[in-house]
Amino acid sequence: MRQADKLVQEARARLERLGATVTSQVLRLGFASRFLFYLVMHSGTALRRFRLTIAEVYFAGVLSLIIILVSGLFVGMVLALQGYETLQRFGASESLGVLVALSLVRELGPVVAGLLFASRAGSAITAEIGLMKATEQLSAMEMMAVDPIARVVAPRFWGGVISMPLLAALFSAMGIFGGYLVGVQLIGVDAGAFWSQMQAAVDLRNDIVNGVIKSAVFGVAVAWIAVFEGYDAPPTAEGVSRATTRTVVTSSLAILALDFVLTALMFTGGKAS
Amino acid sequence: MQQSSPLSPAAAPIVEIQGVWFGYDAAHSVLRDINMSIPRGSVVGIMGQSGCGKTTLLRVIMGAYLPTKGAARVLGRATSELDRDGLYLMRRRMGMLFQFGALFTDLSVYENVAFPLREHAQLPEALLHDLVMMKLQAVGLRGAAGRMPTELSGGMGRRVALARSIALDPQLMLYDEPFTGLDPISFGVIVRLIRQLNDSLGATSIIVTHDVQEALDVVDYVYFMAAGRVIAQGTPEEIRASAEPFVNQFVNGKLEGPVPFHYPAPDYGADLELAAP
Repeated sequence: MRQADKLVQEARARLERLGATVTSQVLRLGFASRFLFYLVMHSGTALRRFRLTIAEVYFAGVLSLIIILVSGLFVGMVLALQGYETLQRFGASESLGVLVALSLVRELGPVVAGLLFASRAGSAITAEIGLMKATEQLSAMEMMAVDPIARVVAPRFWGGVISMPLLAALFSAMGIFGGYLVGVQLIGVDAGAFWSQMQAAVDLRNDIVNGVIKSAVFGVAVAWIAVFEGYDAPPTAEGVSRATTRTVVTSSLAILALDFVLTALMFTGGKAS
Repeated sequence: MQQSSPLSPAAAPIVEIQGVWFGYDAAHSVLRDINMSIPRGSVVGIMGQSGCGKTTLLRVIMGAYLPTKGAARVLGRATSELDRDGLYLMRRRMGMLFQFGALFTDLSVYENVAFPLREHAQLPEALLHDLVMMKLQAVGLRGAAGRMPTELSGGMGRRVALARSIALDPQLMLYDEPFTGLDPISFGVIVRLIRQLNDSLGATSIIVTHDVQEALDVVDYVYFMAAGRVIAQGTPEEIRASAEPFVNQFVNGKLEGPVPFHYPAPDYGADLELAAP
């Protein structure tokens, strides 16, 4: 009987812990949503004084170019190698350009660029805002009657939102160039077939626009998570460190989950809509 | 205990704290029935041990925290009656020096001082330049205008932060532990500047500190706090001569007194697992 009571108690304690975890996560999500709403409503300064946002586009976007371009190049080159391997078995090696372009524009461009963006720029945004909070810079701003969400957070958010689709587009362009280098220059696929088949098969509405939509959604998700984690970080070294890690992990998972949802919504079963 | 005692009864108080209670949660009150009246033009010290509620009180005065009971009237308005815009309007007439300066590390010294002016006043660049240079001259750091905060010593950083906090010519200056971590020369400079700026700007200053002896040289009136309450108050002379055991221990840095050296702990012998003889 005692053993049974103990088991029941343990099960109850576990359930309570699980409930507390779920409740706190739901509360946090609600807080983050209210934060996003407030941020968007107080974005006037970031949009009126656009140079504040431009500075963040430089910080989040331009400074991420190296990692994005180099990664794009290598991803495109690997795609060409792997794609050629499979396509030549079916005598369709001249469709290599289509395979590389569609893979990049529809999936790999937005997703890999999003993951890289979360690691490079998202973590930096969180760390910067978190450290500003820990060193009382945000409090000092409040004391000067300057809203830190409008002055510090909103420009970083919009800087991230603007940068992400541009970086994804550059990633895809660089990837296609990498595919061309390997497929045409190295392996010897016909250049005319490579480009003309790509031009014929890649659709503006179904492929490129959908890719841009994906990258824009990822941009909003990463920038939102990054600024929220930074603003919500406990003002200690450990707090900022944990917040930075959470930004990378949560953003990466969000990108992958959102990619599935968006792909499912955009899925046409091969028929152009 | 009647706590509020203005320095000069004729002067209208710029800050009035009336029966203020505050706690971060319902179970624990950090501030308990605080009453203060701070007249215009004075330099008032709020002193006490770390954790006695001084900084919390400062945040109540700046409107960051609202009293759970009582009222804090600052610059003629009760902070609890103000919305966000009202609070921001009130803060434009206030300046605050943070414990470690809180300079914006991505901006130069010049841009740090220019920050409040750029945010609140649409001034031509030439006029803004002159104002920034005047503020930096007032703290003796005009020559460091082009440097970054990371290139400054602690004392210089604190002086730049002071220049930034007076950029909008505030009526009320709040200092949160302004002397922490300063060398004796920087210490003396900051003490002198606080008094000088207060008198030349015609402002009122509230200094929260536990550096008693030095602060007593600069303030006109002192409130002593312990465990969230005001336990003593008076002019620096009255405080120095106070017979109140806590004040006496604190002012003279005595080891023995109402504040024990040891944090409450179980029996020492039991902790070391020593057997009774």
